[in-house]
Amino acid sequence: MAQTGTDRVKRGMAEMQKGGVIMDVVNAEQAKIAEDAGAVAVMALERVPSDIRAAGGVARMADPTIVEEVMNAVSIPVMAKCRIGHIVEARVLEAMGVDYIDESEVLTPADDRFHIDKRNFTVPFVCGCRNLGEAARRIGEGASMLRTKGEPGTGNIVEAVKHLRLVNAQIRKIVGMSEDELMTEAKELGAPFDVLLEIKKLGRLPVVNFAAGGVATPADAALMMHLGADGVFVGSGIFKSANPSKYAKAIVEATTHYEDYELIAELSKGLGEPMKGLDMATLTEADRMSLRSE
Amino acid sequence: MAVKIGVLGLQGAIPEHVKALEKSGAETRIVKRVDHLEGLDGLVLPGGESTTMRRLMDQYQLFDAIKRFAENKPVFGTCAGLILMAKQIEGQKGPHLALMDINVRRNAFGRQVASFEADLKIEGIADHFNGVFIRAPYILDVGPDVDVLSRYEDKIVAAKQGHFLTCAFHPELTDDARFHQYFVKMVEEAQNK
Repeated sequence: MAQTGTDRVKRGMAEMQKGGVIMDVVNAEQAKIAEDAGAVAVMALERVPSDIRAAGGVARMADPTIVEEVMNAVSIPVMAKCRIGHIVEARVLEAMGVDYIDESEVLTPADDRFHIDKRNFTVPFVCGCRNLGEAARRIGEGASMLRTKGEPGTGNIVEAVKHLRLVNAQIRKIVGMSEDELMTEAKELGAPFDVLLEIKKLGRLPVVNFAAGGVATPADAALMMHLGADGVFVGSGIFKSANPSKYAKAIVEATTHYEDYELIAELSKGLGEPMKGLDMATLTEADRMSLRSE
Repeated sequence: MAVKIGVLGLQGAIPEHVKALEKSGAETRIVKRVDHLEGLDGLVLPGGESTTMRRLMDQYQLFDAIKRFAENKPVFGTCAGLILMAKQIEGQKGPHLALMDINVRRNAFGRQVASFEADLKIEGIADHFNGVFIRAPYILDVGPDVDVLSRYEDKIVAAKQGHFLTCAFHPELTDDARFHQYFVKMVEEAQNK
């Protein structure tokens, strides 16, 4: 008997994305550009994060027409975002057959306390995290993939670096601890004990962890790989740049060959203007998507 | 001496293959550039996104180098690797490496929600093997020189042709290394010839 929706096929799907770049797209044309550039998946959205920031108001799941259009345009996997805690948006996306759901802080949370119980969905979920406590809680709820949050739509890598470094430092700490210290650590991190135990045994997270939120250049993507990300999400960076196709290809190559600095130098030549970017100091707490719902 | 097997390391489930090969007694190396192929006895094309891998293979002349390597060295492709090895891909103009006389259908079982695990019988490898199918392809038909090793509901999901081995599922995502052991043996035999 065939079994669908098992942890192995849900987590395994993310394993197949490793070393790759997942790109935000808002229509079929952008999705084609992303696929041709070598993206491993696309995230179908109504607006990229920097436009969500500019537009203000409540950001919701994309119009299903856009998601469908993107699904019909490409053969690579298509992801889509639902609001944190919005069980019905998630069920709608699952019913449409999207390949991965991002329960995302980029959209306005629908529930300010609870995330979706993702365990009984057939479709796999990716969730954001800023530290190991968040990462472990999301795994406990059934996330099959993680991404460090960074600060979406800013084109500023600083938060992405901070979150990935912190998660990895906290993993190293867990691995180095003795098992009888884990329960107290679980209490302090607000993390499920079983997930920490699994991390200790494996020496790593039990799911793939990409970096997201602020990747704007090929060198940014390579930096995240260097710091131990399994791959990168690029949101506004590509289609807000002067030459999206060239930019997308350069980011894909820099992610694969992240230790080949001569190549990254070549790739970075004459790319044109990257997205403008925001300094964190100019953002108020209310502007920080990464602080939404832990 | 242990055989040395490369894993194409451009994108996808790379460490899982490395682990399974090492468990099967082979030495390994991750291949990202042409010079990494030097001195290897065999090569694994892992699961991942075939379009992504193809685009990256066109860099650094890796595509032609792998084709030359495959002329006399064993190659094993899983999932996306199967698509890279096929001579014919349904609905697509040209093939990629075109190593095996097989005609394949991409994402043949459907999208991710249809991804599944199922028990398989694999000729010469196992009576029961947990096949992990993720947006998997299958083989529509094969040439006369191709041996079909496994079928799932009449669909061909594993095959062998000379020194080429392929499957539509992911043995690297299980702890069962029998498929990799079989390939390591193929590499050892090719070396002894």
